[in-house]
Amino acid sequence: MNLQTVNRGLGFEVCCLPKGAVGLGIPLRRDRPTKDSGGAVATMSECLRLSHDNPSAASERTGATWETGESSQKLAEKMSTDTVTPLAPQSEDPEVHAAPSPDLTGAPQIELTEEAKAELELVNKARRGDGAAFSQLIRQYEGKIFRLAMNITQNREDAEDVLQEAFLKAYEHLDQFQGNSKFYTWIVRIAVNQDLMKLRKRKTDRSVSLDEQIDTGEDTVAREIAAWDPDPEVQYSQEELNTILTEAIDGLAPIYRTVFTLRDVDGLSTEETAEALELTVPAVKSRLLRARLQLRDKLTRFFKRKGDDAFAYM
Amino acid sequence: MLTCKEFLAELQDFLDEKTDAEIRAKLERHIAECPNCWVICDTTKKTISVYKGMKSCSIPEDVHARLMAAMEKKLAAGKTVVS
Repeated sequence: MNLQTVNRGLGFEVCCLPKGAVGLGIPLRRDRPTKDSGGAVATMSECLRLSHDNPSAASERTGATWETGESSQKLAEKMSTDTVTPLAPQSEDPEVHAAPSPDLTGAPQIELTEEAKAELELVNKARRGDGAAFSQLIRQYEGKIFRLAMNITQNREDAEDVLQEAFLKAYEHLDQFQGNSKFYTWIVRIAVNQDLMKLRKRKTDRSVSLDEQIDTGEDTVAREIAAWDPDPEVQYSQEELNTILTEAIDGLAPIYRTVFTLRDVDGLSTEETAEALELTVPAVKSRLLRARLQLRDKLTRFFKRKGDDAFAYM
Repeated sequence: MLTCKEFLAELQDFLDEKTDAEIRAKLERHIAECPNCWVICDTTKKTISVYKGMKSCSIPEDVHARLMAAMEKKLAAGKTVVS
């Protein structure tokens, strides 16, 4: 893998960075204009939506506002001292200097669970150069990161690239992990950025629907109604079930499958998912409900009670 | 009684058990009387449940091996930022 390319890509090609970017210390700045956006602001959620609507359009956005609201406003105020030039190298990032790396061996500011403390200890060891400790973190999260990358890129080769880039970058910037969120939430933000770069570079991609409307109204979707068996999954082998569930997720738009995977498969909270994807909490909730209902529809044909016919609803 | 649209508007919080007691009681009354919404609610709960129980993603061995090889190379090079 060419790290130089990765760094250059992070510096100038990715148009967004999740909330907490300061903590990451990665030279990406959310809500900063992209080089190719002519000064328009593009956030991570925009990128996901643009990636869905038209992967190549993510780099051609000219100013339409996809996500508006308080968070962008607040961020704009917080970042009022930022320049609007292309993303600066890490060492020149004023906010990284303003927020020095915390002493993770000191008393944490928030109450940590035993699991979180153990994880923080691993991170501390890794920061001191203990490769075995970092390998343990890899073992713990590589499956989730790879699955997430597969869900977003829907391409094994891209997913593997994302996996490697995410862990290498995490290791490289480990001293900027703030320790006030889970390591997984932190590395997910890095991985999602890498995923978005992959999507944006796929100029001729047609693997995602380009015409589906993003509609946050929850009451406009036709749904099929059929009761399911009490334990629908037992009808299938584990392998069959995994195939059914994976294919159903793959059929969702990127923004929905990403939110659903983080929230309902990986078990992040709504707030953590919002932080990882730079969405507002209401936006996560809205997309999550849409994802859940769409998956429910897709699974109904496999899981409905025998003899029941589905019928349209609403 | 709530309408089906009102029920669906509250469904997300209901599924995540984030509704207060009063709204929860109204929602429960609605699904007790509306078979369609009962099905929507029950099957969406089961959807969440089957995904929660989804076997954790085991990474292909060759992918893991290449990741570890890349990490070893990185560790060998030290923590110097590669640019």
